[in-house]
Amino acid sequence: MPAPLRLSGQTASAGYARGPLWLAPSRTETHYRGSGDVNRESSALANALEKASAATAELIASAEGDAADILEFQLAMIEDDTFRVSANGRIAGGEDAATAWTAVLDAEIAGYEASDDAYFAARAADLADIRDRVLSMLTGEKAGVIPAGVIYVGDDITPSVFLAHDWTGGGFALRHGSATGHVAMLARQRGVPALVAIGDAPLEAGVDSLLDASTGSLTASPAPQDIAEFEAGRQSSVERAAFAAQYAARPARTADGAPIDVLVNIAEPSDTASIPIAHCDGVGLMRTEFLYAHGLPDEDTQYAAYRTVLEWAEGKPVTIRTVDAGGDKPVPGFTVDESNPFLGLRGIRLCLAKPDIFAVQIRALLRAAVRGNLKVMLPMVSVPEELEQARTLFRAEADKLERAGIPCAMPPLGIMVEVPSVAIRPDLFAAAAFFSIGSNDLTQYVMAASRDSAKLSALARPDHPAVLELVRRVAQWGDENGRPVSLCGDAASDPALAPLLLKSGLRSLSIAASRIGAVKAAIANAEVAAP
Amino acid sequence: MTVQQHALITHQVGLHARPSVKFTKLAKTFASRIEIATAEDGPWIDAKSIVKVMAMKVPEGATLFIRADGDDETLAASALAALVARDFDEDAKHAGAA
Repeated sequence: MPAPLRLSGQTASAGYARGPLWLAPSRTETHYRGSGDVNRESSALANALEKASAATAELIASAEGDAADILEFQLAMIEDDTFRVSANGRIAGGEDAATAWTAVLDAEIAGYEASDDAYFAARAADLADIRDRVLSMLTGEKAGVIPAGVIYVGDDITPSVFLAHDWTGGGFALRHGSATGHVAMLARQRGVPALVAIGDAPLEAGVDSLLDASTGSLTASPAPQDIAEFEAGRQSSVERAAFAAQYAARPARTADGAPIDVLVNIAEPSDTASIPIAHCDGVGLMRTEFLYAHGLPDEDTQYAAYRTVLEWAEGKPVTIRTVDAGGDKPVPGFTVDESNPFLGLRGIRLCLAKPDIFAVQIRALLRAAVRGNLKVMLPMVSVPEELEQARTLFRAEADKLERAGIPCAMPPLGIMVEVPSVAIRPDLFAAAAFFSIGSNDLTQYVMAASRDSAKLSALARPDHPAVLELVRRVAQWGDENGRPVSLCGDAASDPALAPLLLKSGLRSLSIAASRIGAVKAAIANAEVAAP
Repeated sequence: MTVQQHALITHQVGLHARPSVKFTKLAKTFASRIEIATAEDGPWIDAKSIVKVMAMKVPEGATLFIRADGDDETLAASALAALVARDFDEDAKHAGAA
């Protein structure tokens, strides 16, 4: 019995599968014997290309959606004369059809693999697929059939191999591969567990193996305790998913019938890829700090990010927070060194101190506003003048864009409620279109306890009566004066705390997407007095 | 006489697989010789070859220059520029896909 071997990889498609390891041949081996005649080689290649086209067209007929799109793309590449003409050039120089075709495609594949752009680099797998399909037509060799229920391990896997196999009960782990490749995308859509980048460690074919594509490991020849752990992980993931799924897709409503808006917090546009828009009521907080991770972003980069999320939301509201740099989020060239940064020049204070930098984000937001239901939220507001100054800057940039004939719109401007001065006197901020309570910072400012100190966790509690009283005041003032109030701190994502927030008068929560099912389930069990 | 048009690539990942298929298929419906480039002074490449179009690896935000030469040159250049301007008729919800 071989010793257990655990390899870790990157999740391409989460899930669990157990089965015998099936090792793919590392590279298509060709046993093609050339005729030595230029014309015969050239027509053998033309023949193989024609057969490969027909085979691809046949696959398209039985494929749907993205699978059909991928095959359409491959068919167009096969039917393009460019590769054939280059290969014929090599055949004229004395190479046989298989050698010439492989050389032309390998050069093209190397060009894609070298691309800095992950999307284009991932197309290398499509070209390898085309190369191998035409080669198998030339040599008449059938690609080996993958047995059912195995854990496939290979350098990479081509879309046509993936689509031709029934993955029920199985999964795959790629030594290299990419989580942005066509195959990774297909695996996610079909729920096939898949890992990429597990590395080159030698594996023995046919041994029992555990693919845990949720936490990211492949265990070959597992010991009994590995199997027990794996089955426990699989079981709890199935239960969690089934429980949450019951609630995730439904509108949230409390046990006593109050409808609750459940929105999501996102940190960057790619987060939306795993969130079905039907499961939420929009985006309650889109952070923009990711744009500033490598210095100051330009206007078009910001615009593209905002637009992506607005279009994904299909008309549901998207609340984008202007950059909240400073505090624990320094940005070179923007933030300043301070001895007490959480009480320093951060959020809107910093933006108003550096209006030239802020103007770039404002222009991107004004342009994005025509692409969906945008709301803009200012962080760390302490006095009403900050909101007015920001509004003046938004108006000035909107005027400039309009004069330049660039489409733009003025979004509603709201504020975060993080500083106690706002929570105590929300009436002073009647000019704000909406409020969103940042319970993490509000708690640390009310309790004077740092949120990142483990020693102070008994103090930094968002469910302290003083914090909940401030939440209640803001919710009540908003309700009486027609200003929507939401809460986007971590407390809203906690199924134990969410009911307390609703009892304080909130009817809108913005939460981590992974918590949608759990929080909606907690809401369904909560009773709140009618507002 | 050559007709030239340009359009901004706004698709999330640039001129990628599915848009390239649409673009080259449309280009092939015209008799004119059609070429594209990402700079006004070239290099110009054959707009009817998906292999060559994909190999350009045109990113989002690039300006695509389109020139057509032939009997239907005006129509060809306008139709292709319009396809790019319409974001290849792709829905936003497909933006992460092929």
